[in-house]
Amino acid sequence: MAERAAALGRSRALLRVESPRTIAWRRFRRDALGLTGSALILMLVLVALLAPWVAPHDPMAIDLAAVLRPPSLAHWMGTDESGRDVFSRVLWGARVSLTIAVVIRLVTLAIGIAVGALAGFYEGWVDVVIMRGVEILLAFPGLLLLIGIASALGPGFLSLLIAFSVTGWTTTARLVRGKLLSIKREEYMEAARAIGVPARTQIVRHALPNAMGPVIVTGTIGVAGIILAEAGLSFLGLGIQPPTPTWGGMIAQGRSFLTVAWWASFFPGLAMAVAVFGFNLFGDALRDALDPRAVR
Amino acid sequence: MHRFIARRFLQLVPVLLGLTLITFVLTYVVPGDPVDLIAKQEHLTPEARASLRHQLGTDVPLPVQYVRYLWRLLQGDLGRSYVTNQRVIDGIARAFPLTLRLGLAAFLLSTLVGVGAGILAGSRPHSWMDRLMTLITLAGISLPVIWVAPVAILLFAVTFRIFPPSGYDGWYSLVLPTLVLGVRAAFNTRITRASLLEVIGQDYIRTARAKGLAERLVITRHALRNALIPIVTVLGLDLASYLEGAFFVEFIFALPGMGRLALDAVAQRDLFMIQGTVLVAAVLYVIANLSVDVSYAYLDPRIRYG
Repeated sequence: MAERAAALGRSRALLRVESPRTIAWRRFRRDALGLTGSALILMLVLVALLAPWVAPHDPMAIDLAAVLRPPSLAHWMGTDESGRDVFSRVLWGARVSLTIAVVIRLVTLAIGIAVGALAGFYEGWVDVVIMRGVEILLAFPGLLLLIGIASALGPGFLSLLIAFSVTGWTTTARLVRGKLLSIKREEYMEAARAIGVPARTQIVRHALPNAMGPVIVTGTIGVAGIILAEAGLSFLGLGIQPPTPTWGGMIAQGRSFLTVAWWASFFPGLAMAVAVFGFNLFGDALRDALDPRAVR
Repeated sequence: MHRFIARRFLQLVPVLLGLTLITFVLTYVVPGDPVDLIAKQEHLTPEARASLRHQLGTDVPLPVQYVRYLWRLLQGDLGRSYVTNQRVIDGIARAFPLTLRLGLAAFLLSTLVGVGAGILAGSRPHSWMDRLMTLITLAGISLPVIWVAPVAILLFAVTFRIFPPSGYDGWYSLVLPTLVLGVRAAFNTRITRASLLEVIGQDYIRTARAKGLAERLVITRHALRNALIPIVTVLGLDLASYLEGAFFVEFIFALPGMGRLALDAVAQRDLFMIQGTVLVAAVLYVIANLSVDVSYAYLDPRIRYG
């Protein structure tokens, strides 16, 4: 037994077999853009978590004696039309916008994975019905559908969640379905079927883990998309309601004072662009790292 | 070929039914019974309620209401605005040409710039030019339109006074909105680069290089031609983002297009106007997709017979 293990170790060393994960990690580590993205996301998460402690002012504190003040030492990003500190609101906005985006993304991913797995695993009429539904939803311009749903449901987190849950799962479902169609025909799946592993275990334990690579990539890039879309909805007053600080809401409110106080909408937008940039950089590098065809 | 087109047109039927079902649910089912809303404000006798229901057509089962809704749609009736009482379809017809002009201008701009930059980046993968382009385009797709537009107004209309800040007064007032929407070029650059990279890895490119063909010819004659088909499809599918982007850009630049119409309606909770514009935009988008698909089939025989 020990002899065999040693022999296996030798042949591994000879062939230099590396797990795909090791290869991906090494590629990712060397990608400067990807590392920048990771740093941005890390910074953002820290800001979101620590907002109550690092924000210099109360984000809701109205100070009518200091309305629309330009950036200064006391207010790094100036104050808004109610005298609230823009910097503190941007930090708190990170907390709100990021939480919303991540929660919504996880929900839409879960729906997409579940639906896609069902379609890909069972094929037949289940697949036909599901994929027709996906086609119809994809035929709708996504943001407009979001606007339609959110304005029918009224503003608030729950209607945001519902609106995104209706529209946001389709691409994930299509991706997972495609992956499962090919995975189903792998030998290890055949083996699992042959020894009578129940369907649920086949999907969850054997098929899905092998379909996760591209899902993680769209998962991260999707967060960027949700931050943008949520900001668009908040901009229209369909998202989280003021006075809760959200980046989109701050841009919308600050827009009215653009010519006299550019800072009130400039900085929230900049923060948002940086956040979206971070997720895009990270997702992009992840895709390159996980791509088995890419040789570098 | 004809069979492909016919099949593609048939696929339109479930999609259009799905679209109308969604807008029907959003307009008539989700907001609740309008009679209950009215009854809350004014005291209505049960008889008055019943007759109001009958007038509004909400006294019949939902499937019947849906069929009636479809029938009205077929006649071009999208309802009336709560706010101005004008017919939704008239509002859209008046606003659409501007949106089309803006969308087309931005589409042309970002296609030319985006595809050009993508060729530049993709023909020399992993060069400094390529890395710079990756950085710029990633930044480009990360910029929120609702932020770029106000910043552009501040910079080019308020500070430097090159363009009018808002409103529509001839083609000149469309220049800045087009440039803002044209940020979308970044997306096209990424697609073009990816598509070109895919093709450059193929054997026939190696053959072309091996036989000593100039790199410029390898790219233009062999690589680009084959990379172009996926690019065209993605450009077509991306029409939705121009539509969505145009909605916000029109709103911010105060241009009287469809987006302005829809988003003003959102602000005023003008439900029929919102759902009408959303439906029309979606239908236009579906038709655009269909035409891209059909032209795609002309370009690539594998689609036709596949």
